[in-house]
Amino acid sequence: MIRFENVGLRYGSEAEVLRDISFTLQPGSFHFLTGASGAGKSSLLKLMYLAHRPSRGLVTLFGRDMALVTRRDLPELRRQIGVVFQDFALLDHLSALDNVALPLRMAGTPETDVVAHCSEILRWVGLGNHLHAKPSTLSGGQKQRVAIARSVINRPRLLLADEPTGNVDDGIGMRLLYLFEELYKLGTTVVIATHNEALIRRFDHPRLNLDSGRLMVLPARGRGHEGRAQETRANVSRANDSRPNDSRPTDSRWE
Amino acid sequence: MALRPRRPRSDLPLAVDPSSRFLGWITALMAFLAALALAGAMLVSDMAQRWDSGLAGGLTVQIAPMPGAPVAPLDDRAEAALTVLRSFPGIRSATLLSGGEIARLLEPWLGAGAADPLLPMPRLIDVVTDGPVDAGALRLRLGSAAPGATLDDHAVWLADLRSFAGAIRLAALGVVVLIGAAAVMTVVFAVRTGLAIHRPVVELLHLMGATDRYVSRQFERHVVALSLRGGGIGLLLAGGMLYGLHRASQGLRASLLPDLTLVPWQWAVLLLVPGALALLALVTARWTVLRTLESMP
Repeated sequence: MIRFENVGLRYGSEAEVLRDISFTLQPGSFHFLTGASGAGKSSLLKLMYLAHRPSRGLVTLFGRDMALVTRRDLPELRRQIGVVFQDFALLDHLSALDNVALPLRMAGTPETDVVAHCSEILRWVGLGNHLHAKPSTLSGGQKQRVAIARSVINRPRLLLADEPTGNVDDGIGMRLLYLFEELYKLGTTVVIATHNEALIRRFDHPRLNLDSGRLMVLPARGRGHEGRAQETRANVSRANDSRPNDSRPTDSRWE
Repeated sequence: MALRPRRPRSDLPLAVDPSSRFLGWITALMAFLAALALAGAMLVSDMAQRWDSGLAGGLTVQIAPMPGAPVAPLDDRAEAALTVLRSFPGIRSATLLSGGEIARLLEPWLGAGAADPLLPMPRLIDVVTDGPVDAGALRLRLGSAAPGATLDDHAVWLADLRSFAGAIRLAALGVVVLIGAAAVMTVVFAVRTGLAIHRPVVELLHLMGATDRYVSRQFERHVVALSLRGGGIGLLLAGGMLYGLHRASQGLRASLLPDLTLVPWQWAVLLLVPGALALLALVTARWTVLRTLESMP
């Protein structure tokens, strides 16, 4: 799914913010990305969601060497990646539904399907009564769920979340992590950047830990999630053929 | 709740940009000027064509009085000229103008005194041709049959008229081209401003998988809508002004002014102005956006 080999990243002529990063993420895996503030978590995520190109090293994504990917090829690759930005990055002039609809409209999905799918997923994350609400009228947690709905609406192969629990209280943060777990069980590769130790302990997935620009891979402490991920992948194609209604949380879980 | 297909106005909030406010009005002004320039060119063309068709296919023979000269009387010479003309190949008819008709022609220059019977007036013969006429041979025959006769084949007038009409058409085309160039520059400026203002949103759309064409379509829809609206307003204003001029020209007694009336096909040409401006805006916006986005990561 993702392979980094001796990757370095620097902005301009500054010192490298990422140094000699090497790791491989298998399809259908779940990883936390941890590290102190300024350790380079956001920079690493930006490399993964193709906002930046590395200053050196090899990045392989979906089996393609990113050094050989042209600008014209990027949209197709980016559509396979869902991103939950730390600041939500919702468009304030659009409704919740129109924000969630962006990836589908970019992909040329028929408008009737766009409305149906977006309404469904917004109900799924407990925002069925806020379809046409503008982001400015939503709470932090609601905005976060709109951002998450947008990131998964086109069933990405890779889901990246940058501090998705940073702006919500622990209760909502826990619920968001349950949502990511459900997507992971459906076969999506998930990487979540966070410094919330309580959540990391609760879900016990392998860690990619950044320290001063260098990466260390820490395995899960005991539940063997990688093995479970392999088992889950066998069911990915079947699971991806259905909308996530079966695992839909009730509104009361969110509100 | 019934689900209805809904389209957002735009993924980019272009409608609230400061540049949007003036783009529509500038387009209205451009459409107004372009419509007037085109209407002017068409009216002048019509006028030149009327003069052209009035003068072409015709000749004028003038027999001047020659007091004291050993020649036949004026009326005899006019009759001799008519005889020559009516037998000359290529001439359909030759008509001697009456004294009253000649006086009316001279009235704008001589006033009421043009009808004074004591004034030595030439004789004029209006000739209608139905084919090519050998003007040189005709001059020779007229000169021998009717001394003092001169033949005017309007060649100088026609050349001047055609040159004048061509110059007016060229000037109008120049004005339209200048307006088009100004429209292109305005759209380029507005689009670049929009891209600069909304760069974070454009980058976000790119990260979500938007192609450059997807982004450019947002701008295209925006500028086309503004151009059509502004162009419509400009055309309405121009139409109102042309109608006013038409009414004013009808109220004037001076027949020297051209007829300022547009025929239906000419109005149809003017109706194309907003569409042409919108098409120009669309192409310009697409080119500008795609070219600018090429430099983005």
